[in-house]
Amino acid sequence: MNESAFSGPADEAGRVSMPLHRLAHARAGDKGDRLNLSLFAYDPRHYPLLLEQITEPRVLALFAHRGASRVRRYPMPGLAGMNLVIDDVLQGGVNGALNLDGHGKTLSFLLLELTVALPRDGH
Amino acid sequence: MSFLLGSGAGFSGDRTDAASPVVAELIRRGQPAALIFETLGERTLAAAHRAMREDPQAGFEPLLEELLEPVLADCQRHGIAILGNFGAANVAGACRLVHDLAARQGCGGLRIGRVHGDDVRCRLESLDLEPWEAETRALPAGEALISANVYLGAAPLVQALDRGAEVVVTGRVADPALFLAPLVRHHGWAWDDWDRLAAGMMAGHLGECGAQVSGGYFADPGYKEVAELATLGYPIIEVEADGRLVVTKPAGTGGCIDARTVKEQLLYEVHDPGHYLTPDVVVDLSDVVINELGPDRVEVQGIRGKPAPARLKTTVCYDGGWQGEAEISYAGPNALARARLAVAVLQERLRFRAPAELRTRLDIIGHTSVFDDDSGQLRRQCQPTDPAGDYRVRLACEHAERRWVERAAQELLALYCAGPAGGGGVRRHFQRRVHTASFLVRRDDVTAYASLYGDAEHE
Repeated sequence: MNESAFSGPADEAGRVSMPLHRLAHARAGDKGDRLNLSLFAYDPRHYPLLLEQITEPRVLALFAHRGASRVRRYPMPGLAGMNLVIDDVLQGGVNGALNLDGHGKTLSFLLLELTVALPRDGH
Repeated sequence: MSFLLGSGAGFSGDRTDAASPVVAELIRRGQPAALIFETLGERTLAAAHRAMREDPQAGFEPLLEELLEPVLADCQRHGIAILGNFGAANVAGACRLVHDLAARQGCGGLRIGRVHGDDVRCRLESLDLEPWEAETRALPAGEALISANVYLGAAPLVQALDRGAEVVVTGRVADPALFLAPLVRHHGWAWDDWDRLAAGMMAGHLGECGAQVSGGYFADPGYKEVAELATLGYPIIEVEADGRLVVTKPAGTGGCIDARTVKEQLLYEVHDPGHYLTPDVVVDLSDVVINELGPDRVEVQGIRGKPAPARLKTTVCYDGGWQGEAEISYAGPNALARARLAVAVLQERLRFRAPAELRTRLDIIGHTSVFDDDSGQLRRQCQPTDPAGDYRVRLACEHAERRWVERAAQELLALYCAGPAGGGGVRRHFQRRVHTASFLVRRDDVTAYASLYGDAEHE
């Protein structure tokens, strides 16, 4: 991860914005109409930043258009990551949805579209 | 000495040549071992019940013969037990296929264990049911009900192994219980040895999705590189008597196992990591530590267990009517505008050509599809990346009666002559839907046991 490659103007706190996808990896899993997204920092030094910025309200807002009713976040400091559990987001789930992706497997990459603000020094 | 758990498949539809390198490695290492095929999910259990409705001989894993054919004789010869939930909705049918395959391969006398007790459809109404925690649907009325299957634990599988089964065929069991069973039998773990049971369940959890822990479902070019995805090695989990476990894979195969691949699979389909419910133990992953021991060798430590839950999850399948899908493509100059027009025309036509209760969804594949909701909010909001791209309009619909989903799909077909310019490549598809809902039953109300196929019964 070469952070000097990041560009973009700094905010008032001197932080630069970048896609979460550059800092973290994720995987989706489903059970019924409930989705879980696990999210892990590539570099454990970025874990506090994920904890600060990938919040329950923010994730709920990201999935609001699909009817998400609740998000619970389980921090996993030992794994430099977290588990996000999102209810009522699969519009019926794998056997009930009309969506091509009834499992919601692709939604890990919707999460990774979020942006995060990173200090200029990288961590 | 550690016990080796090899994965031969991680879902219904998985690669059917994956098990051979795993079995070759298990034989080479010469340690006690088992080979696990996990081929049953919420989607595939519903599909199995759907298939059995149309053909009473069907309803088990459609690829069963292809999966077992390359490895059955080698496993029998080397004492590697095979366990699989490939019985799905028709465990007896799967046993018969394994028996016939063994006879053809000269493995006469193969002992096949059959697990009973997951099917509770006939007595569902007499059971004390609670909705599963994230379930909002009510129990369907009598005639719509197709099946009800309890997620069994490892005990009846251990019973089958104790009776000498070389292949254990199950229907609905908790996926990782397929892995836990041979560990309990080999290591002699007690049913209240919660930390060890939890470690065994997590060995199963890490292995149950096959290559998802060894570099499959992981590659993201430029970010997460995986070598040789075409020849991925499926996982082997080494489990010591004290519950220590190491995830690895056969030498010389593609893929990779490192802390990242193990982390992603560790939390896959997990909700509260401090309270992961399985039939035999509640697993606490709060203090898990992952250590890379070397190339493609990762140790997982710190798994804790708590007493098993009082209730078991039960999946109920019921008639969901019909689903129809139809698609048409638009490409080249102004393609997105033509696709959007096709969507608008379809919406208007369906308003007066289909009943109000027809549930529909429209996508423009290439612009927005899988991230969107059924009403198309993203499609209306998102800025197009390329107005002259290559787009495919997709209609999906659902109704209790087939004729209405056919009518809706026919409206898409009619865009050929009556829609925007340059539409092509229409495909239509119809299928019965089986909806599922989840409930909890009291553990004491479930009777699970094993028999040897052809022993006391002639199915």
